[in-house]
Amino acid sequence: MALKTETFLVNAGPQHPSTHGVFRMRFILDGEVIQDMEPVFGYLHRGIEKLSEGLTYSQDMVFTDRLDYLASMTNNQAYAVAVEKLAGIQVPERAEYIRVIMAELMRISSHLMGVGFLTNDIGAFLTPLLYMYREREKILDLFDMVCGQRLTYNYMRIGGVSQDIPEEFIPALKKFIDTLPKFIEEYEQLLATNEILLVRTKNVGILTKEAAINYSTAGPVLRASGVKWDIRTADPYSVYSRFNFEIPTGTKGDVYDRYRVKIEEMNQSIEIIKQAMAQLPQGDIMAKVPKVLRPPKGEAYGHIEGPKGELGFYLVSDGATKPYRLHIRPPSLLNLSPLRELVIGVKIADAMAIFGSIDICMGEVDR
Amino acid sequence: MELNNQPQPDVYSEKDLDRTEGEGIDFVKQQHQVQIEDPDSWQNEEGQQNFMLASADALINWARASSVWPVNAGLACCAFEMISTASSRFDISRFGMEIFRPSPRQADLLIVNGTLTWKMAPQLKRIYDQMAEPKYVIAMGSCAISGGLFRNSYAVVPGVNTVIPVDVYIPGCPPRPEALLYGIQMLHKKIKKQKNFAKRKTA
Amino acid sequence: MTLELQAAEIVTKLEAALPGSTVESSGNTVVIKDEFVLKAAIYLKNTAGLDFNYLNFLTATDYTTYFELVYDLVSLEHNHKLVLKTRLTNREKPELASVFSVWKGADFQEREIYDLFGISFNGHPNLKRIFLWEGFQGYPLRKDFKQ
Repeated sequence: MALKTETFLVNAGPQHPSTHGVFRMRFILDGEVIQDMEPVFGYLHRGIEKLSEGLTYSQDMVFTDRLDYLASMTNNQAYAVAVEKLAGIQVPERAEYIRVIMAELMRISSHLMGVGFLTNDIGAFLTPLLYMYREREKILDLFDMVCGQRLTYNYMRIGGVSQDIPEEFIPALKKFIDTLPKFIEEYEQLLATNEILLVRTKNVGILTKEAAINYSTAGPVLRASGVKWDIRTADPYSVYSRFNFEIPTGTKGDVYDRYRVKIEEMNQSIEIIKQAMAQLPQGDIMAKVPKVLRPPKGEAYGHIEGPKGELGFYLVSDGATKPYRLHIRPPSLLNLSPLRELVIGVKIADAMAIFGSIDICMGEVDR
Repeated sequence: MELNNQPQPDVYSEKDLDRTEGEGIDFVKQQHQVQIEDPDSWQNEEGQQNFMLASADALINWARASSVWPVNAGLACCAFEMISTASSRFDISRFGMEIFRPSPRQADLLIVNGTLTWKMAPQLKRIYDQMAEPKYVIAMGSCAISGGLFRNSYAVVPGVNTVIPVDVYIPGCPPRPEALLYGIQMLHKKIKKQKNFAKRKTA
Repeated sequence: MTLELQAAEIVTKLEAALPGSTVESSGNTVVIKDEFVLKAAIYLKNTAGLDFNYLNFLTATDYTTYFELVYDLVSLEHNHKLVLKTRLTNREKPELASVFSVWKGADFQEREIYDLFGISFNGHPNLKRIFLWEGFQGYPLRKDFKQ
């Protein structure tokens, strides 16, 4: 006689140590194996798109910090690129180079967090994360030197940056960049050939190339599945066309490939920063922008390559000082589209590893 | 690919659970429109105590203040300043608080950091109700104090003290880890002034 | 550089395959009639030379007399892009065909438009509110929303 079993509903609720923020997943479980899953969003929906219709273009810059709060500099840059495209403003050279240096430092910091929290979810409770926090604190010290803030910078302005870099910044940056490869080598010694990491991440959560394109994923998730698509080379913005760097891609699209792509991108960011420091010119840091900005009637879409994927702003203007419509293309929400397909049929512990490797930030998912 | 004429199969979606959750949220929103008073009145009360009870009080308060265990309830950006405080540079474990309990039944401090939306409000109230007395609440960051930058939004609670009573407020956007440590020291001062054996109104 | 295709040549191709579908075109934007959205999406994805296999984003705007939906399409192979728009004039009960069967990335974005604007998508497998709760009255991103 067969044993009578039943499936049951388990809630990985909004308050949970492994969901990166307030995210809820309803699982239908048969023992430890997942039969079905439903994601529930909206616990951090603050209505940023509606609130930004009530403030002027330069006042809206403060909302962009709070979108992906682990990568505020790149959010600011994306909004500035979109408004400059709409209004036809040309940014001076020195400001462009400073923006590139800040964006690449931000990319290193965000990938350190992504890899650290992935290893946290797998079970290496806090050890690699605290090692990576050591480097992140040094990057936050550099940002503190430039603009006085540690998390939500509001440093870039429409037409340039708000303040010039102080004199002690470049020597401190040089000292940090020279020692960083040694620390990445230390993480590789801890993690790259670690048996537990390899067994738990190889062949887990494989996202094929066609599925990754069909689900509109972007960033490291798309590149780990084998698609060589990076906005910095496909549609260059700012001064990225002047640097030599490679785009690391994966082959299979499993959790291990996404982890590997992030580590390689950190090395490429170090190369870009070295080249940018060597080419940094003197000059203005802000273009001549009217005090009250009234862009001409029309619409524009400006996008950049953020650490989590392609972040874009779609702006519609009707000639007034406030935007008529502001829409944010959220990389984290679209990277979560294949989650249900990836999770069905695996055990719960693997589901947490898959979710951790996609590396989301709830401020951007819910806006 | 031809035009797909069959209707797509429905994916798994619990509409009944969503409906009951929506009713719960509307109920909480209706009940909590006025701000709750801060539980500070016991600080001004006089209580008659003899010497034995006073020193027992001092011992119990010292023990409570030295090992407050917070619960892990980070909502938005301020959560990362709290995690930085718990990391190796601004070490929070020198104050006895390194153990962040995931379950509220084993914790005595709730640090609310980040914006609270009406959809999340019943869950936060549930976490607060599951904690055992004596329990304390810190509201960290301007979104938790008053709704902050998002106060005019259709979905944001104007301050956490609309839903639960708050003991310490820490302003900032986000507050630096040093500011959080100062707020925790103020909480310790408040705990050390408690009178456990005198007759007083419970919070 | 991502090449922005000229709308005029796309219009000639679309009119040849689906006569009567286009309304106007300017720059790199093509506006089509709302009943042709799904057929145009299938045509644009499967035609060799166009190959729009990546839906970049999908959003809506409320111009007080009509709603406008914007589909931003990219071809990763040829590195070119196109913007497809459509307009809905029915404000009481706006509805449209869903493109979920063509690009699965439209799943959450169509639910977001239903949640915040009230536009229904026929053929979507799970059309319900995503960010706000069941029982919320009104559609916040419409211009006539009162708190």
